[in-house]
Amino acid sequence: MRLIPTALAVAALATGAAFANPVKPAEIQFDDYGAIATSLTGVAGDAANGRDVMITRSKGNCVACHAVTALADIPFHGEVGPTLDGAADRWGEADLRGLVANAKMTFEGTIMPAFYKGSGYIRPGDGYTGDAAVGELPPILTAQEIEDVVAYLLTLKE
Amino acid sequence: MTIHVATRATTGIALAAGLAFAATADETANLIVNEEIEMVTHTAAPAHVENLDEIVSGWVFRSAETQSLQMDDFDNPGMIFVDQGMDQWNEVAGTAGNSCATCHEDVAVTMAGVRSVYPKWNEEAGEVRTLAMQINDCRENQMGAEPYKYTGGEMANMEALISVQSRGMPVDVAIDGPVQATWEAGKELYYTRTGQLELSCANCHEDNYGNMIRADHLSQGQINGFPVYRLKNAKLNTAHARFKGCVRDTRAETYKPGSDEFVALELYVASRGNGLSVEAPSVRN
Repeated sequence: MRLIPTALAVAALATGAAFANPVKPAEIQFDDYGAIATSLTGVAGDAANGRDVMITRSKGNCVACHAVTALADIPFHGEVGPTLDGAADRWGEADLRGLVANAKMTFEGTIMPAFYKGSGYIRPGDGYTGDAAVGELPPILTAQEIEDVVAYLLTLKE
Repeated sequence: MTIHVATRATTGIALAAGLAFAATADETANLIVNEEIEMVTHTAAPAHVENLDEIVSGWVFRSAETQSLQMDDFDNPGMIFVDQGMDQWNEVAGTAGNSCATCHEDVAVTMAGVRSVYPKWNEEAGEVRTLAMQINDCRENQMGAEPYKYTGGEMANMEALISVQSRGMPVDVAIDGPVQATWEAGKELYYTRTGQLELSCANCHEDNYGNMIRADHLSQGQINGFPVYRLKNAKLNTAHARFKGCVRDTRAETYKPGSDEFVALELYVASRGNGLSVEAPSVRN
């Protein structure tokens, strides 16, 4: 058991991360435009897993609101947000990380939920039960899942 | 209006891209029930609904198949529950030996026009009352009977029976005078972003009606058709049960059906539909 924290510490040193690894939601440093310059985990994102997160209802469920031509085999894409086709042409990695973690830092008042935010909710619930949350809520996605989604989005070029 | 135009444009692009979509609505269809009752499904928004030009019935957003189920009472599964409500109307219950009919006699006469003005102020009680609250007040205080569960089947049946007597009449809920503070509280709730998804009623039903969210076609969230028969759960659903489901889906701690908060929200949301027809029991997915 002692091996795991040691390994994490080594990884953090290796990537030169200033924060504990993974970065907790409260520790994120957004720039003035809502972008996040550094990886939340120091581990490269896995685009294939990011794709899974994007189409899975209990995870990101990004297609609920965004249409993505590259995901045309998945039924029922939404229209609430803009299409993600060409997202990597419009945004850089840091921008996309900020948008997925908490889009309200880029677009004030956007309908888009924050996928990596730990507190500051009104009447937070325990998942989809309708009951009150017990204790601090974990973010909707893990830090690595954020990185994985960003990696997938970076493949969306036109 | 801009939202509708934008929606059509987006849908066109998405369809051209070959994406799969749920059956889309015929937004130009007219709702005439039993070839007799002409429903108002689009009309100018009341002045107190600042951010909409037009108010639109949820019927408009459903598929042609779902729409047709509401156009004939023989096809409308909700009418079965109206019949059950009629049995309850005539059933003696409670210590006073009364049924609803003992005092209110012919429901078609005495309840015509009731649904369209609820929730409303009750002067004697000094409170805003929903139709469900009034039904249970009658049961407890006039009949000496047990109250119905607020969102239960018997309550939904009775609401449907009473509401159908106003079918086709315009919703006309008062928002001023003694109900104003409650209405304001309901408006506050409507615009409050709750839960881990931080969604208000307005995020979906004011800013995004007409858009698809996954396979669901977002409506304006009007409640002129409640109680509503949903194909999804094959039963009659009350407004507060629907409110609870919606708030739950924002990953929030919900309010309780019958709570002050949901009574206020019902008054506010009902008032957003002033001018649409009472449709209950409506059919939705």
